[in-house]
Amino acid sequence: MAAEHQINAGFIPLFDSAVLVAASEIGFAAREGIDLTLSRETSWANIRDRIAIGHFDLAHMLGPMPIACNLGLTPLASDTIVPFSLGLGGNCVTVSNALWAGMAAHGALPDLDPARTGRALGALIHERAHAGRDPLRFAVVHPHSGHNYELRYWLAACGIDPSREIEIVIVPPPFMADALAAGRIDGYCVGEPWNSASVVAGTGHIATVKATIWKTSPEKVLGVRNAWAEKHPEALSALLRALHRAARWCQDPANRGELAALMAQPSFLGLSPALQTPILTGHLALGGGAELAVEDFFLPFDKAANFPWKSHALWFYTQMVRWGQVKHSAAHMALARDTYRPDLYRVALKPLGVALPGANAKVEGALTAATPVGSAGASLVLGPDGFFDGRIFDPDRIDDYLAIRDWAMPTG
Amino acid sequence: MTRKSLAVLVIDENHIRASIIEAGLREAGHEQVTVVHDVAGIARRIAEIEPDVIVIDLENPNRDMLENMFQLSRVVKRPIAMFVDRSDQASIEAAVEAGVSAYVVDGLRQERVKPILDMAISRFNAFSRMARELEEARSELENRKVIDRAKGILMRSRGLSEDAAYTLLRKTAMSQNRKISEIAQSLVTAAGLLDPGES
Repeated sequence: MAAEHQINAGFIPLFDSAVLVAASEIGFAAREGIDLTLSRETSWANIRDRIAIGHFDLAHMLGPMPIACNLGLTPLASDTIVPFSLGLGGNCVTVSNALWAGMAAHGALPDLDPARTGRALGALIHERAHAGRDPLRFAVVHPHSGHNYELRYWLAACGIDPSREIEIVIVPPPFMADALAAGRIDGYCVGEPWNSASVVAGTGHIATVKATIWKTSPEKVLGVRNAWAEKHPEALSALLRALHRAARWCQDPANRGELAALMAQPSFLGLSPALQTPILTGHLALGGGAELAVEDFFLPFDKAANFPWKSHALWFYTQMVRWGQVKHSAAHMALARDTYRPDLYRVALKPLGVALPGANAKVEGALTAATPVGSAGASLVLGPDGFFDGRIFDPDRIDDYLAIRDWAMPTG
Repeated sequence: MTRKSLAVLVIDENHIRASIIEAGLREAGHEQVTVVHDVAGIARRIAEIEPDVIVIDLENPNRDMLENMFQLSRVVKRPIAMFVDRSDQASIEAAVEAGVSAYVVDGLRQERVKPILDMAISRFNAFSRMARELEEARSELENRKVIDRAKGILMRSRGLSEDAAYTLLRKTAMSQNRKISEIAQSLVTAAGLLDPGES
């Protein structure tokens, strides 16, 4: 029997494409009457171009990317919406062995504590500057990425000016570990398994992780061409239900072995299942024999991980303004906020009777512990969702947030 | 008064395809063509060459890095935008389908750049066609080899002539709605399992 809906989707070989891959390969899409065709791409630019000309209806995207498209910050941009998030967390900051040794000499410990490691890095950077040495070079995957913003946020809170005191370059994820080993970069921020790849190779140390810089923070999303979504509302709803079930399957520890084997296939990650254990369990090898279990390291489903919070879109927007990528205006802010579409998520999932958040935005950093929240239907647990520096992001007070000039945490 | 010819930079990891494009551009009268296969040190090269047009294959995983660099005025003296004209949807589609992207310095007139993009698109398509034909010829050769082996097995085990062996393979393929080469491969595999000395 022919499927009711044909959907073409693009993805980049990263572990957080797992929900999309599981929907296609474990049969969740087929059960919703969808023939989901996945195409592996080599760059985010390709994803964007193929969405623009209609090769793809939707794709695995960096959370800020659809916002950047709608703000006209990228070439060939098309109107793109986000009705579903593909997970929370999953990134690390990895540094070379030499840089880690320097940081350790300034007090960094293998505990992933962003404040302690950041202060140590800051001390080292200032020492290097006094000695007249070249600035350290860090890599991220894209200028409009959670990686770029969380790296900058972390450094700035630790008293380092990421625009002047270090150099930030763009490197594709699969090349990060090689670039670090070859000494072309001193550190990088990327999703798994490309951090554990350096640890396993003995060429890098994980210094800190996204899940401690900003707990339960947004990462990849489902970016959908708006013209397609408007023309095919039923196909979109069916797909969101399939992705919801796929995400729940990915979160279930009973399926870890099968998921690792699936992602290990050459058409997806093409890496050994063992390299995927850290992201599946949150139990990380940090390098030099140190190990640590990280709470909520990567969440494909739990803690409303798939809900496209407008507060997430707005936080990404504030970082675009903060780092000079776009000028702040009411119109720009509205474009960013309207890119994320919790209304479409609600419409699709309401018939399933699953837990839905009561609001479309939340105050990020308000929850210091896991908290059951009032929601329609079943129970839902959110948080903790705090930033490591203790700052709060209130989506109703964007102007105040953008007015902050001194981002450095008090020292001592 | 002659207009200064445009400087074109071709970034392509595939050496053969890059030379095909370079040859095409030179034939069309473009003298300032530079080909780069490896993006290491690309910022310095761009600063030296000051290209008007940059052609990149879509499979290059460094596109995000290159696009970011084009937007940084520190590296590139003149801002570089993508494609000839955003409104030229047909050209954009043809380029993406051919597997090529082009970046052009801002303010360059469209009619000066369009022929370069068209040339790149047609050469990329020609290269893909060539690669596809080569692949087809290779698999055709493989198929013929496996059919010959299957015929040999039938001739030995059932005492058939070469023609009769081929007819049997063809009839079986037709009745099962499969390719002759698939039937032949099954037979070779099965014979190998039954008698390891056979295959």
